[in-house]
Amino acid sequence: MRYLVILKAEQPATPPPPELMEAIMKLGGEAAAAGALLDTAGLAPSGAGALVALAGGRLSVTDGPFAEAKELISYALYEVRSKEEAVEWTSRFMKLHRDLWEGWEGESTVLKVLGPEDFGPPAT
Amino acid sequence: MTVADPHRATHRAIEAVWRIESARVIAGLARLVRDVGLAEELAQDALVIALEQWPEAGVPDNPGAWLMATAKHRAIDLLRRQTRYAHKLEEVGRDLDVRQWAEPDLDAAIDDQIGDDLLRLVFTACHPVLPTESRVALTLRLLGGLTTEEIARAFLIAEPTVAQRIVRAKRTLAAKKVEFELPAPHELADRLSSVLGAIYLIFNEGYAATGGDDWTRPELCQEALRLGRILAGLAPGEPEVHGLVGLMEIQASRLRARTGPSGDPVLLMDQDRRLWDRLLIRRGMEAIDRAEALGGMFGPYALQAAIAACHARAPSREDTDWERIAALYQVLAHVSPSPVVELNMAVAVGMATGPAEGLEIVDRLVSERTLAAYPQLPAVRGDLLARLGRLEEARLEFERAATLTRNGRERALFLDRAADHAKGTPAG
Repeated sequence: MRYLVILKAEQPATPPPPELMEAIMKLGGEAAAAGALLDTAGLAPSGAGALVALAGGRLSVTDGPFAEAKELISYALYEVRSKEEAVEWTSRFMKLHRDLWEGWEGESTVLKVLGPEDFGPPAT
Repeated sequence: MTVADPHRATHRAIEAVWRIESARVIAGLARLVRDVGLAEELAQDALVIALEQWPEAGVPDNPGAWLMATAKHRAIDLLRRQTRYAHKLEEVGRDLDVRQWAEPDLDAAIDDQIGDDLLRLVFTACHPVLPTESRVALTLRLLGGLTTEEIARAFLIAEPTVAQRIVRAKRTLAAKKVEFELPAPHELADRLSSVLGAIYLIFNEGYAATGGDDWTRPELCQEALRLGRILAGLAPGEPEVHGLVGLMEIQASRLRARTGPSGDPVLLMDQDRRLWDRLLIRRGMEAIDRAEALGGMFGPYALQAAIAACHARAPSREDTDWERIAALYQVLAHVSPSPVVELNMAVAVGMATGPAEGLEIVDRLVSERTLAAYPQLPAVRGDLLARLGRLEEARLEFERAATLTRNGRERALFLDRAADHAKGTPAG
């Protein structure tokens, strides 16, 4: 089953320490070698994006940035056998931030992607 | 169940860690103790200790390293006991090979070689001295981290049967003195094909379940795919590994489209292609590119992957490049001849040239003994006959296919098609 993990945090004042980026690359390599990580990338600040909204039958397009305190920082797409496995990989990712970026705070949301297992016949 | 049990949650977290780490732990230990069965028992001991300690003490920061260290301590204890025992034996005049056990820096040694150790573990689990079903069970157990119960459920067989297969396989490996080593260059091709065969068998059991009431079992496909991806990382220079991964990625991309809303099978030509998984198709194409870049485009798996890619590329059934598919099957029949390949070629020729030409190939296969119980033979023949307007013969063939399949969903599909032709409606 597939899980999409989205990292949210305040935009930091300074770029992340190079040791953290190195450790994230290493962990990504391990997760890919384990057949678990399908795709991952960082996201540019919302200033580079836009919002397309539909309300009251009207479509509106607003350029970023948006006034939210926390922004989406990155995503990762995992194929694993249980939610706990996705949580384990995500915890490893968050621990790297704890150990290598003093004072940083953020949150990762682990979301299940609907897959073939959700569309089969009723569970037997 | 009213309140979430925190211990239960920890247990599930430990299971997840186990599934991620167990193959590495077993592989590292196997090099230490030179016995895959013993390595697995030691790793299991570490898991039991984790299940006792972690709910109270919390999951350690680096759970993989913890499991490895704990299992390794048990291994070293055991080895010391054995060495002492061996010395005792020597004192009474026996000559025994006492291995160099307690090396000073085992951690570094294990970490450096974990990739090779995993590869050794794959080759050992799929060793040709073992019967195919044992290779499959051992691979799922040692590399997939599946429990005996999970393997039994996946293959719809009794748990004691799986347990016995695994015990017997470990015993055979020990009895035949199978070394925990990578294959010698001259045997690499055969040994690799044994590994790839086991992984593809796991995939296929998930993709087209041979028995039971479900048409597909996606979790088995995903397990095989995961094993294939791991293998591609361990042996990146082997084109057929990429060929197999490409084949599985592309076939798996159709899993969602392969089953209808009530669990009924939807065949390739009738699938809603918008349901195909674009990400898996892209990954499959990349794997095929890698196989070809390594000069492996004529390997049996790379060829099958190339055939699967023809379908993945086609925007609709009408736009399928059947000539190319028929040509690829011709090459495949040459490099890896089998009646099943011939049968698939008949389908492709039936589409590329015409049903009469396809039927000619199928008719040559009817006397083939190995296909006597293969439900797809009458099904393909029935389809070609129906397209030629020979509906009564087609009906009989689909009925025959229905009696041969052991999958309930597939039986219903064949009976439907038989009924179609009884009513005299030509097939679409």
